[in-house]
Amino acid sequence: MVIQAELLDFQAINEAIRSAGNSPVEIHGCCGQRYIGDGLADQQVEIFGTPGNALGAYLNGGTILVHGNAQDAVGDTMNEGLICIDGLSGDATGYSMRGGSIFVHGNVGYRAGIHMKEYGEQKPLLVVGGTAGSFLGEYQSGGTILVLGLHSKDPVPVNNFCGMGMYGGRIYLRAEHLPSDFSSRLTSRPAEEADLKEIQPALEQFCRLFGESMEEIRKKPFYVITPNSSSPYQQLYAAK
Amino acid sequence: MKKEGQIRIPSGCALSGIFSKNGTPVAGDKIVTSIAVMHDRSNGLGGGFAGYGIYPEFQDCFALHIFYETSAARQSCEEFLDQHFEIVNLSKIPTKKVAGVIDEPQIWRYFALPLPHKLAASQLDEKEYVARCVIKVNSEISGSYIFSSGKNMGVFKAVGYPEDVGEFYRLEEYEGYCWTAHGRYPTNTPGWWGGAHPFSLLDYSIVHNGEISSYDANRRWVEMFGYRCTLQTDTEVITYIFDYLLRRQGLTLEEAAHVVAAPFWSTIARQLPEDREAYTYLRNVFSSLLVTGPFSILFGFEGGLMALNDRLKLRSMVAAEKGDLFYVASEECAIRAVEPELDRLWAPRGGEPVIVRLNKKKEGAEKLCQCQ
Amino acid sequence: MPVSMIYPEFEIIRKEDRCIHCRLCERQCANEVHRFDKEHGRMLADEAKCVDCHRCVALCPTRALKIVKSDHTFRPNANWGEETIHDIYRQADSGGVLLAAMGTPKPYPVYWDKILVNASQVTNPPIDPLREPMETRTFLGKKPHQVHRGPDGRLKNELSPGLSLDTPILFSAMSYGSISLNAHKALAKAAEKLGICYNTGEGGLHEDLYQYGSNTIVQVASGRFGVHKQYLNTGAAIEIKMGQGAKPGIGGHLPGAKIAGDISKTRMIPQGADSISPAPHHDIYSIEDLRQLVYSLKEATGYQKPILVKVAAVHNIAAIASGIARSGADIIAIDGFRGGTGAAPARIRDNIGIPIELALAAVDQRLREEGIRGDVSIVAGGSIRESSDVVKAIALGADAVYIGTAALLALGCHLCRSCHAGKCNWGIATQQPDLVKRLDPEEGAGRLVNLVTAWTREIKEMMGGMGINSVEALRGNRMMLRGIGLSDRELSILGIKHAGE
Repeated sequence: MVIQAELLDFQAINEAIRSAGNSPVEIHGCCGQRYIGDGLADQQVEIFGTPGNALGAYLNGGTILVHGNAQDAVGDTMNEGLICIDGLSGDATGYSMRGGSIFVHGNVGYRAGIHMKEYGEQKPLLVVGGTAGSFLGEYQSGGTILVLGLHSKDPVPVNNFCGMGMYGGRIYLRAEHLPSDFSSRLTSRPAEEADLKEIQPALEQFCRLFGESMEEIRKKPFYVITPNSSSPYQQLYAAK
Repeated sequence: MKKEGQIRIPSGCALSGIFSKNGTPVAGDKIVTSIAVMHDRSNGLGGGFAGYGIYPEFQDCFALHIFYETSAARQSCEEFLDQHFEIVNLSKIPTKKVAGVIDEPQIWRYFALPLPHKLAASQLDEKEYVARCVIKVNSEISGSYIFSSGKNMGVFKAVGYPEDVGEFYRLEEYEGYCWTAHGRYPTNTPGWWGGAHPFSLLDYSIVHNGEISSYDANRRWVEMFGYRCTLQTDTEVITYIFDYLLRRQGLTLEEAAHVVAAPFWSTIARQLPEDREAYTYLRNVFSSLLVTGPFSILFGFEGGLMALNDRLKLRSMVAAEKGDLFYVASEECAIRAVEPELDRLWAPRGGEPVIVRLNKKKEGAEKLCQCQ
Repeated sequence: MPVSMIYPEFEIIRKEDRCIHCRLCERQCANEVHRFDKEHGRMLADEAKCVDCHRCVALCPTRALKIVKSDHTFRPNANWGEETIHDIYRQADSGGVLLAAMGTPKPYPVYWDKILVNASQVTNPPIDPLREPMETRTFLGKKPHQVHRGPDGRLKNELSPGLSLDTPILFSAMSYGSISLNAHKALAKAAEKLGICYNTGEGGLHEDLYQYGSNTIVQVASGRFGVHKQYLNTGAAIEIKMGQGAKPGIGGHLPGAKIAGDISKTRMIPQGADSISPAPHHDIYSIEDLRQLVYSLKEATGYQKPILVKVAAVHNIAAIASGIARSGADIIAIDGFRGGTGAAPARIRDNIGIPIELALAAVDQRLREEGIRGDVSIVAGGSIRESSDVVKAIALGADAVYIGTAALLALGCHLCRSCHAGKCNWGIATQQPDLVKRLDPEEGAGRLVNLVTAWTREIKEMMGGMGINSVEALRGNRMMLRGIGLSDRELSILGIKHAGE
């Protein structure tokens, strides 16, 4: 089904998507309509244009493909499924996602992967092809974030305060060195063979989705960042 | 019900801006189309626009846009204006009846020049003279409110959705090299049009999204220097901060931006020694003008436009370019709505100003634009 | 021997079934309350000597002891209370001025407890201080009115020397003499570790503490004890003590008995000589004379040290502060009337001056009205008891706060208010070597560091709740405060609205 979005508001668009049942949907001429695909499962939605905020929030399966840039809060609290953005993504991409994957071809804004968590078998994945703004993986508690910094001149693909308050999960940075403000509450090491093997499927999927080359990706080393304690806040409190 | 000035009303918002670096006139309906896309970010309780380069025929005069609640207020205010200005031209601002815009006050426009002997006697420069007159009218003449006072620029604002406000003021009839727009989402019903954005003093205008947490610290500091925050709005105090830093202290835009959205100490510590000293000095001297809490602002001034986010970037903002046109908005869709194909689009970092200026006409290709 | 008309205020309850007669209480009590009755094989106590300092209680290995207020009573009388009657007996016995220590225990209103702090909901986000940057660094000192540029177009750094604090808390002035060297050491070490300052008080600076100079405020009081060029140059700042909240208009007196050894050397006065601080500085009888002292100190130290002027909060404090701001001083320290002291006449302590909350609000507002708030920083002291008091003080307009009593409590003080007796069982307000050594400077410093670190975290939590991530945005931000149960007049002086407005 093809939806021409120019004259439709978000309710009409989501209504049309739901009415398509399990058949794939294409949205053309999208410009800022919010909440597209929120809470969907097992459907494929392809978007041309600029979807608005909260794209694919609470996504529970299925796929959302964006040909263009996405705005803020993509995949907010997403549970399962796949979101691919062949463009840029705004602030708080993947906020609190618990499962599923988000692939962004270009840059993401501030607070990407903030409070990403994992539960049981659910392990969320956020792959950023470009660079990330400040507070990447802020209080991340699970899952994996990859930032590749492709086509960027910056030696480090993240802005300030990377992994601030992180207490679980992993961040992989494809970088020449660690961020200069690297927090003492984090630990890091150059990725070893085993680490690279672990992210290999994600990198392959990224290359497949966006036509990037694995050879290019391999040209720079990766750093693996993890918190240095899973409960760093205990010593802060005194019982009254 | 209390209005702005008697009570502080927090509000969220949408903003959008268009700037032609070559000074090519852009019609007002383009900015209306842009801001209208972000309808959901406003709640119908305030919308407004600032246009620069819109009054070329009166470009040497201060264009005073004034709301009057009563004819008596207009009489008192005009008496005051007559004592301080030569009024070159006056008229009602043309408007059109629009369903979503009601309870309009009397809206007048004056093209005015300071009376030479009064100006000389005041021992002030022209801008300071006008600024003091504006502050005096707004704080002392009840029922009168000067909401625009720059040269060759004007603010148009009302209670309503921005697209309705644009229609009400017939913005399609104006052309300017720079436009900013604002859709307001206040937390309770303001009774009064003056509270809408942009807020403006002289040629400075501010539209703002967010609610700052440093408000009273900032207000109580700038009020030491003769400003009176009669509206108790964030835009008002931010405008006064910029006026103080730029006009009274002589800081550059970049320096002023680094006062208002100062880098964190940890960031300053990693800078080169020279910069470190300069930033430390600015943060120290103007510490009470640090603005905290979420904000994204568009600061318009004669010949330029600055976009600035708070240092944590708690509000969204994207910027874009197409040819000589610069765009900035809370959301990308507001730019795409008027310029689907762009040369470049990016998200400015928190606390890092994006500044665009008119290209110097004689030097043609030389760009003064400092956008990164 | 006249009859003592004063029945002991406290009773010492000893659980005989727990007491193992180890006599630790006896050895620990410098007031000689406990003794062992060999004949009957049990511990006895002379309760008349007990000051309720809890030393014996805290150290008793079997928790056999507790101290309770005696329920012995006069015939109940709402007008003539027990304390009043006792005071009359004491003065009738002695003919003396009643001497007391620490802050007033009288039930005056504590405005901190009538002020509530704001937090963000929806319209702007609270900030999580544990995970996001939250800045408490504070600069104290004068700010230039106008910035200038050099020939290269860069801004000229015209900032006069100031103090840089990692958190807006300083340890207030407590002299070596009124407190022990170990207490001073603990304060100095903690200040260094915390990136803040402690204050020598008026007793000079012990030679062992010169190494902490960059975290030291050296005080110049009317007695000028221990003041010399090296002392002035060693400190990070110099404080002129004009007055103290607990005893405005009153000087100080350290009895000759305490002027021994290192105290004599540090104060640079003979052993056994009384150490008297006159009520006024005898070179300052008017505000223009203050300027003279400020500039003589600046000249002596080559304009490298910021000058604080500490004054007691008195009725006309706003005008006084305005005068100080124009005297060339860089920082004003205001000490509220609930502030502590090592010794003060009780009637002075309990009746003179005004609360810091009102004084601070009045001063900050006055300086802003006059457009000179940037000429000075304000440090507020005089009963800052917890981190929320700090937040409220800063929101009212303070740049930083002084804490004295809270710091002493961290060192083990139990507020028995007997400092003037010099027998502090906790090793703080005493010069008796056997008592002083009970206070381990390292351990004490650790406790002070813990306290200030914990407060700083709490301050950050409260700031974060308000959506403020740097302390300068809290300063003078009175809209973040609301009064509760206050009159219109009180609200107007505090410059805040009532809760619900």
